Amino acid sequence: MSGAPTREVARRVFAAEFNDATFTFKESDDERAPLYALLPTGERANRVFVSGTLTETEDIGEDSEYWRGRVVDPTGTFFVYAGQYQPEAASTLRDAETPTYVAVVGKPRTFETDDGSVNVSLRPESITMVDEAVRDRWVVEAAERTLDRIEAFDEEGNEYAERARAEYGEDLSAYRNAVLEALEDFDDAPGAPDGGSEESPAPDA
Amino acid sequence: MSDLSDTAQEVHDDLSEHVDATVDDVEARLEKLVTEYKVPVDEARRSVENHYLDEAGLDRDDLAGGGGNDTVEVEDVDEAEQWVDITAKVVELWEPRSDSVGQVGLLGDPTGTIKFTKWAKSDLANLEEGKTYRLGNVVTDEYQGRYSVKLNKTTTIEEVDEEFEVGDNEDEVEGALVDVQSGSGLIKRCPEEDCTRVLQNGRCNEHGEVEGEFDLRIKGVLDDGTDVHEVIFDEEATEDLTGIGLEEAKQMAKDALDTTVVADEMRAKILGKYYRVTGPTFGRYVLANETELLDDQPDPESVLIRARSI
Repeated sequence: MSGAPTREVARRVFAAEFNDATFTFKESDDERAPLYALLPTGERANRVFVSGTLTETEDIGEDSEYWRGRVVDPTGTFFVYAGQYQPEAASTLRDAETPTYVAVVGKPRTFETDDGSVNVSLRPESITMVDEAVRDRWVVEAAERTLDRIEAFDEEGNEYAERARAEYGEDLSAYRNAVLEALEDFDDAPGAPDGGSEESPAPDA
Repeated sequence: MSDLSDTAQEVHDDLSEHVDATVDDVEARLEKLVTEYKVPVDEARRSVENHYLDEAGLDRDDLAGGGGNDTVEVEDVDEAEQWVDITAKVVELWEPRSDSVGQVGLLGDPTGTIKFTKWAKSDLANLEEGKTYRLGNVVTDEYQGRYSVKLNKTTTIEEVDEEFEVGDNEDEVEGALVDVQSGSGLIKRCPEEDCTRVLQNGRCNEHGEVEGEFDLRIKGVLDDGTDVHEVIFDEEATEDLTGIGLEEAKQMAKDALDTTVVADEMRAKILGKYYRVTGPTFGRYVLANETELLDDQPDPESVLIRARSI
């Protein structure tokens, strides 16, 4: 595959891991080279695809509109920021009636807070309203992709795992636990354990 | 210089099918370049080979024809200028458009179909529709992402008695629809005959300013978190996908005095949803024949078992 630059894959990553991906890098000195966030489970992410519940939107801009949305998955919250350079996403956030399920395609970005810590946020390419089926499918998919990365973490020659180990350490238990938590959420959901999809009231735990 | 005589032997062996020269001839030519003109051996070899090829009126590519080609299936052809052997049925013969073409048509095997061209000057026997042949030493070619094979004077043709159903080259891809690219929605195409180019600001790249004809199309990207697939939905597939047909799209554009509202509306309906698409692949694109929305309940149980076992 040479010639035209190939499109970057949208990684599936839970909020718990995404918000820990504070280290970013480029693969070359070229100014236009893509920026990657280094995921603690050992993968580079130039783009992510997430789905969850949009719980709050707020215009935090001073001179011009700058919207912040909170998108919640079973493990944490993605902070999505859209301003004048993301007009479609900004208008989606402006018009959204929360809570609602959304799907977001976007790029990881980091910024330093006043107290010197690094926060990870999501700069959206698109935000769309979706239904529960999309959100559920995404949770299972994000779980699978995260397990893929965890399983490949100790493989020889896994370049990004090596870098992740150096940047964040090698304890991945938090991300495995996030996967478990996300999936066990389903366990309590009606119909899920026996594979049925009948909507019925949840029995008491 | 035993090195040189080895090289000479190799060159001779490679060329022997096509060229009437002795090993000594070859070695003498090599010797002259290497010792007299101080040409590196590799370069000398190249030069000598070219000399003989020229003499025989062959291309360098013909050299690869010394046997030992890969036997490939139609779906495996994904690179131009490869010398391969292929067993395929003549699905269709077409009318050659040029005198230099002896026969042209479609070959097929269980994995799909591929265009073939047989040059007039190749002096090969004619292929018959419906018969299956083992074709030795054909060259692959590519034009705008579509592959073909070319039969040439070194090609061997052998009719074989093999029955199979010709495949349809369909791929199946799935993932989340993460992008609807520009050039999607309500578009205009050039009305000139055989030209279907999409107009940019009312202009066709080939025919200049023309009165365009409306069409619907979506260029989308399906992403499963591991791979991306670019998918093209034609008018029918776009209507299936979005529920918006051509007439409705035109009305929407008319009401808004703007064609881009159509793509915006379509984006809102389909972005972020999961689809499975089947259809043939042309170059970078899968052409959507069938599209299925993946909205069944996912199964967390097997993933949960996997997570617990780590």
